[in-house]
Amino acid sequence: MYRNLLSRWLLQGEWQAHRLQIVAALIAIALGIAMGFSIHLINTAAVNEFSAAVKSLSGQSDLQVRATQPTFDEMLYPLLAQHEGVAIASPVLEIQVAVPAKLEDDRNNTLKILGIDVYRAITITPDLVGVPEEGRAFDMLSDDAIFLSPAAMEWLEAKQGDRLPLRLGTKTVTLRVAGGLVRAHAGQRIAVMDIGAAQWHFDHIGVLSRIDLKLKQGIHHRGFKAALEKELPAQYLVTETIDQERRVHNMSRAYRINLNVLALVALFTGAFLVFSTQVLSTLRRRPQFALLRVLGLTRNQILLQILRESSLLGILGSLLGLGLGYALAATALHIYGGDLGGGFFSEIKPSIQLSPLAAVLFLVLGIGVTLLGSLLPAWEAARAHPAPALKSGSEEIALTKLQTPWPALICLLLAVILTQLPPVAELPFFGYFAVALLLIGGIAWMPSLTALLFSGLFRVFNRLTAGALTTLALARLANAPQQAAIALGGVLVSFCLMVAMAIMVASFRISVEDWLAHILPADIYVRTEVRQDALGFTPQEQQVIAATTGIERIDFIRSLQITLDPTRPTVTLIARPIDKTDPGNTLPMTDTALNSAEIPPEAIPIWVSEAMVDLYDYRVGKRVALPLSEVQQDYIVAGVWRDYGRQFGAIQMQLSDYQKVTSELQVNEAALWLQDGVTPEQVMAALKVLPFGDTLTFWQPNEIRAISLKIFDRSFAVTYLLELIAVGVGLLGVAASFSAQALRRVKEFGMLRHIGVTRGQIYRMLALEGGLLTGFGITIGFLLGGGISLILIFIVNPQSFHWTMQLHVPWQWLIIMALAMLMAAALTALLAGRHAVAGNVIRAVKEDW
Amino acid sequence: MKNTPTLELCGISKAYANGRQVLSDLSYTLAAGEYVAIMGESGVGKSTLLNLIAGLDVPDAGEIWVDGVELSARDDDAATSLRRRHFGFIFQAFHVLPHLTLLQNVALPLLLNHLPLDRAKQMLSAVGLQGREQDFPRQLSGGELQRVAIARALVHRPRLILADEPTGNLDPDTAQEILQLMRAEIKANDAAGIIVTHSQAAAATADSILLLTKAGLHPLNPARSHVS
Ligand SMILES: Nc1ncnc2c1ncn2[C@@H]1O[C@H](COP(=O)(O)OP(=O)(O)OP(=O)(O)O)[C@@H](O)[C@H]1O
Ligand SMILES: [Mg+2]
Repeated sequence: MYRNLLSRWLLQGEWQAHRLQIVAALIAIALGIAMGFSIHLINTAAVNEFSAAVKSLSGQSDLQVRATQPTFDEMLYPLLAQHEGVAIASPVLEIQVAVPAKLEDDRNNTLKILGIDVYRAITITPDLVGVPEEGRAFDMLSDDAIFLSPAAMEWLEAKQGDRLPLRLGTKTVTLRVAGGLVRAHAGQRIAVMDIGAAQWHFDHIGVLSRIDLKLKQGIHHRGFKAALEKELPAQYLVTETIDQERRVHNMSRAYRINLNVLALVALFTGAFLVFSTQVLSTLRRRPQFALLRVLGLTRNQILLQILRESSLLGILGSLLGLGLGYALAATALHIYGGDLGGGFFSEIKPSIQLSPLAAVLFLVLGIGVTLLGSLLPAWEAARAHPAPALKSGSEEIALTKLQTPWPALICLLLAVILTQLPPVAELPFFGYFAVALLLIGGIAWMPSLTALLFSGLFRVFNRLTAGALTTLALARLANAPQQAAIALGGVLVSFCLMVAMAIMVASFRISVEDWLAHILPADIYVRTEVRQDALGFTPQEQQVIAATTGIERIDFIRSLQITLDPTRPTVTLIARPIDKTDPGNTLPMTDTALNSAEIPPEAIPIWVSEAMVDLYDYRVGKRVALPLSEVQQDYIVAGVWRDYGRQFGAIQMQLSDYQKVTSELQVNEAALWLQDGVTPEQVMAALKVLPFGDTLTFWQPNEIRAISLKIFDRSFAVTYLLELIAVGVGLLGVAASFSAQALRRVKEFGMLRHIGVTRGQIYRMLALEGGLLTGFGITIGFLLGGGISLILIFIVNPQSFHWTMQLHVPWQWLIIMALAMLMAAALTALLAGRHAVAGNVIRAVKEDW
Repeated sequence: MKNTPTLELCGISKAYANGRQVLSDLSYTLAAGEYVAIMGESGVGKSTLLNLIAGLDVPDAGEIWVDGVELSARDDDAATSLRRRHFGFIFQAFHVLPHLTLLQNVALPLLLNHLPLDRAKQMLSAVGLQGREQDFPRQLSGGELQRVAIARALVHRPRLILADEPTGNLDPDTAQEILQLMRAEIKANDAAGIIVTHSQAAAATADSILLLTKAGLHPLNPARSHVS
């Protein structure tokens, strides 16, 4: 009871006397935890929803049969239905249709329709069976009836009995909303109709997207799957539900990992701030701890006391952080959706699920980091000899150990070595590790660097007999370099991360802009539908478009999704006219490509994106097979191009080659070059009066560029948010360390005032100190941040997203940030000092510490 | 051990990190129950000597025996508990905890030794600070702070009191009052004491006076003759 009383006295005394610093430390811990926790919540919400949605779509089936292309011949269905071992086979046709009423939204304007056979589906995927109005059970089979999930109803503002126009290609079909899908997954936007009606209305006669299989009891799934795979032609894929989940997982993994690492970086910034405030506050109290040692507190009791105080701080800060993180996640999900604008999960609207385990994990993390921050100085304070420690100013001795630069230099060297290592499991682990080491090394090097610089400056200025104030400021920085270095740490870390992110984002954005200019050379692009799988213009329609006056040149483009590996997201195939003599005219090529003479006549040339090289090992000159036709056909990789649009891979080929191989003549897009003097408006007006004119959407490259950059900016919203928070945390760090230092120097200021230094002079001295220190921190932060951005641009991004980019440094923005930071720091130093100088001068001198 | 600790210094030397040799080969034995004053010019090493005796700093050479045990033979926890239970300190620079009230500051030794806390208030009254128990150190004058430090040093009835300039900041009348209080407490508890001072009057309250010079510790007798 006695011990608890003492502990409480000390805690109360300390916290009452330093409210501001305690609050700053709390905010730092809370912000760090909040950022990490909110991004974790957002990720799990999105991925959980997505896999739950996938599961409810595939229902109770054991296996699914698909083709490498979006659809296949329905003749496979009777074969599978009567197959030995199969209990029920349920055919499904999946179609993405455009919703005319929603066309003004460039991202969210399609609806997924599932065509099902009600009698089969009711046993395998009961969630997908619609609920008709009472007494109209036959609506389930009616050819104009469609059933909407609650989320779709809400999105379309539709109710039972409404008529709903839908568009596929150039054709518009109006269906009747016959009921709902009550058991559809919450937030999932889908529609269901009879499969025969879907095939007929949307020109998919005789084809299916997949067949769900329920096996007879006692049939071994794996064995049956293997046998069926052998039996079916190569273009069919047999998948288990697990494969689907892995695919979802793969699709968002790189993205999630990057977000998580950003969250970790934020957490690291927060942790460092907590660390430096804890170190400084423990140092400040070093003489007090020495006195307690004199009075008879043992080393362990001192250590325990410090740890007790900081764990309380850690618990409070982390709890605050959890709450804040939850609020942040809820807001972000509300505004941007589950992928924070990344575009992966646009079909679903996730809700937050709070997992107690994760919350506890983050709580432990927050407390741990806080404890760690005070453990080191606490240990030092407990071990110090009391008599020397009692003297004020003894803290610097405690810090001299930090002066050896070797651990820091070893960290930096290791970071450089790690950048040379390849990715592990398609993730740039070593790259991230190198970033962490670079940061830690940079911070650890600060004390010896600061000592070197400021004592050098001090010597030079002393010789020059500079003004008393400059000398005082420099003397302080030169003789207490370790404390200066710790104060600097916060500025360094936050500015460094800002620089790194700013350079990375700028490089990426400018690379994307260049890329867009390169791949969208035409004046106008015409599409019938946003989704790429859809069949678009028939040959007749193509001729009509080409015959429109004012057009100088026209390229038709056919794009579709193909599956090369069932565990990976689909690959985009784009067939279009490509300059045979120099593909670089059509595509943003990266390096050497085969010239036309090097392409053997029997092989069809394809040009692949960088992701194809990393993911599927499609090197230049390699012979590959593509699932485009049933006849065997060789393709050869003729070159590699840069693609920021599709990180899961894209392939381009000549449209003529594609049409020869598939004998499919429809295309989904046309690129138009206009004759001189003809405006885009004239041509668009001419095209709109065509028979199918009202189904066309027009895109001008400028618009596309704007939309692409908008999507891009949205997906980097998180990065910007983190950048802002990092700046805030950094400034908080500056404020906390300067005010801590100023409080410790009350006596010094009092003495200076006594010997006739005016207040104004002290303010100027403080501003000079703050400015010098921050300037140095910013310089080092810039160098370190530059290094980190190089790692992000040339190691982390190519390894996780499979694309390369050119380096662009946004000097203007960086200089503005540096100046703002410098001013903010000088101002904080001043404000913190004001508080100290304004106090009672007499008292200040008297007080020993 | 109930008896007053005996203190024996054998060939103590101490130099600071900057190479300054402060004490060299100093020996002295303090008998049980003895109360001595140490005088000497500024910077000669009086505070350093007290710190060494208290185990707050370590000598470069020589041995310090307290209660028949050499100081460096005790581990840190043993030395700490010896200090906690049996030593009382008064520093030249007060050293009170700034964020605790006066009462809390004085009660610290009682708390650490699990003794009843009532004596803290009595001690504050004894040094003339009754009614100011809930004040904070920043609200006190230098002399008042010194009195708090003295109250704290005596509150747990230590057996060895080490005082460094305890009355340097006090007016002569108050100083005499406090010094008499110290002496009374020391004698009442059958304790030993070492008081470092520059004041003849203060030194005169001790049983004997020692002079610290570069050559070592020497008795300066009789004390009273110097005053006249
Ligand atoms: N931490 C230290 N580092 C270096 N030298 C020191 C240190 N502490 C004290 N000294 C030096 O050791 C000498 C003795 O110091 P000490 O404080 O013991 O003197 P003192 O006799 O108590 O003087 P005063 O009567 O002025 O209090 C002084 O010359 C002082 O400069
Ligand atoms: Mg002294």
